Amino acid sequence: MFVSDHSSKQFDQELGQLRTRVLQMGGLVEKQIVDAIDAFGEGDLAAMERVENDDHRVNAQEVGIDEACALIIARRQPAAGDLRMLMGISKIVTDLERCGDKAAKIARKSKLTYEYEMLRIPCVNDIREMGRIAVALLHMALDAFARQDAVAAAVIVRDDLEIDEKFQSITRQLITFMMEDPRMISISLEILFIAKAVERVGDHAKNIAEQIIYIERGTDVRHVTFDQLEREAKGTEGTE
Amino acid sequence: MNDIDITPLESTSQISIRRLNFHYGKYQALKNIQLDVMSHRITSFIGPSGCGKSTLLRTLNRMYDLYPDQRAEGEILFDGSNILDRGVNVNDLRAKIGMVFQKPTPFPMSIYENIAFGVRLHEQLSRIEMDDRVEWALHKAALWDEVKDKLQQSGMSLSGGQQQRLCIARGIAVKPRVLLLDEPTSALDPISTMRIEELLNELKDDFTIVIVTHNMQQAARVSDFTAYMYLGELIEFGVTDEIFLKPKMKQTEDYITGRFG
Repeated sequence: MFVSDHSSKQFDQELGQLRTRVLQMGGLVEKQIVDAIDAFGEGDLAAMERVENDDHRVNAQEVGIDEACALIIARRQPAAGDLRMLMGISKIVTDLERCGDKAAKIARKSKLTYEYEMLRIPCVNDIREMGRIAVALLHMALDAFARQDAVAAAVIVRDDLEIDEKFQSITRQLITFMMEDPRMISISLEILFIAKAVERVGDHAKNIAEQIIYIERGTDVRHVTFDQLEREAKGTEGTE
Repeated sequence: MNDIDITPLESTSQISIRRLNFHYGKYQALKNIQLDVMSHRITSFIGPSGCGKSTLLRTLNRMYDLYPDQRAEGEILFDGSNILDRGVNVNDLRAKIGMVFQKPTPFPMSIYENIAFGVRLHEQLSRIEMDDRVEWALHKAALWDEVKDKLQQSGMSLSGGQQQRLCIARGIAVKPRVLLLDEPTSALDPISTMRIEELLNELKDDFTIVIVTHNMQQAARVSDFTAYMYLGELIEFGVTDEIFLKPKMKQTEDYITGRFG
């Protein structure tokens, strides 16, 4: 879509800068999630604190990007692909901001779990593994956004199912812990919240991927079957 | 896609253009145009200067007949007959398919006469019937309230936006089936433009409307169907919402997003 330039160079610049800002925000959110999950795994309380305190930077990016979208719409009256991109970006930054909230939540809940001063916190490795996949999906989503690649975006939607399965398995383990030892219930619930937050990051990556397909193909794939979504992502011949 | 997209489709073809070619002398200005103008809908023609959109509009009521050396071939079916046929009475045709031009063109006569003049060419009405007709046309053109106390004043004394609405009133006074508008707002200020756009939306209950416009947002705002033309060819024709959100052709996308030239 961006191979050919607008007659207005300034419009091109505005759109280019906006896309860069989305990617910068995405980079920040990705780092927040990685830091939060690592801090949880390693019991690094200072890092947890840092993640919580940095959440406001993500929020500020969301507000700034949305404002820039509104300004471009007001000034340029964009149509077709440009309009879809602005609508899509406005939705993508909402998902990114939620991911940022999840990172802060993981950090906050992690602090609580370490207050129990247990020798070993249950499910740490499973959650780190699930976190690794979630971060990879978010990374892939940002990459697909940067490369305007609807086909790559469709892969993310499929891979999110893997995270959902991991979450199910962690839930089952935690239930077992709680049944075996009622003293484990409080900490198990905190860990369940952390697992849920990580699982939600995967969902947000999936939402972002759906927006990329909308931006590139013009079809809303938020509530369709995966087969349909994959067909739309591949697109029809003759449109390019 | 959704409900909004379906409504304009529930209509029948009013004018069917088939294999239309048009020549200005040796220059071919329209190439094999196929298009259906839907009844009681607004169809807009957009495209860069020289793409043939005004030419296409002018073939629909044979405006080109005024000039030697210009000829059209193919079919434009209206009421079951081809309006390009030699036997067609052009005056009758233009009463059924009226036209409004870019610059307001009131006749140098009273507001009343501006409207009555055209009606007299086609119909014989009593004084009372004519009064009713003039009032009806001015009401339809959303001008009545502004001019009802000065019908005997010159049409030239009105503002540009009012003059253009007077021309629309004149166009609809003969009760045409189709109203053609060639860039009707390009000489008007934004407020007058908005009034005309609003008016078009009301007029489509009574008439089929075809509009040529340089203002793409205007096409997006007012029309149900949009045709994008380039170098005499019809590149894409479809429901306006689709054209402006998800055009099928790369060329259309480039034009409406400003990536042209």
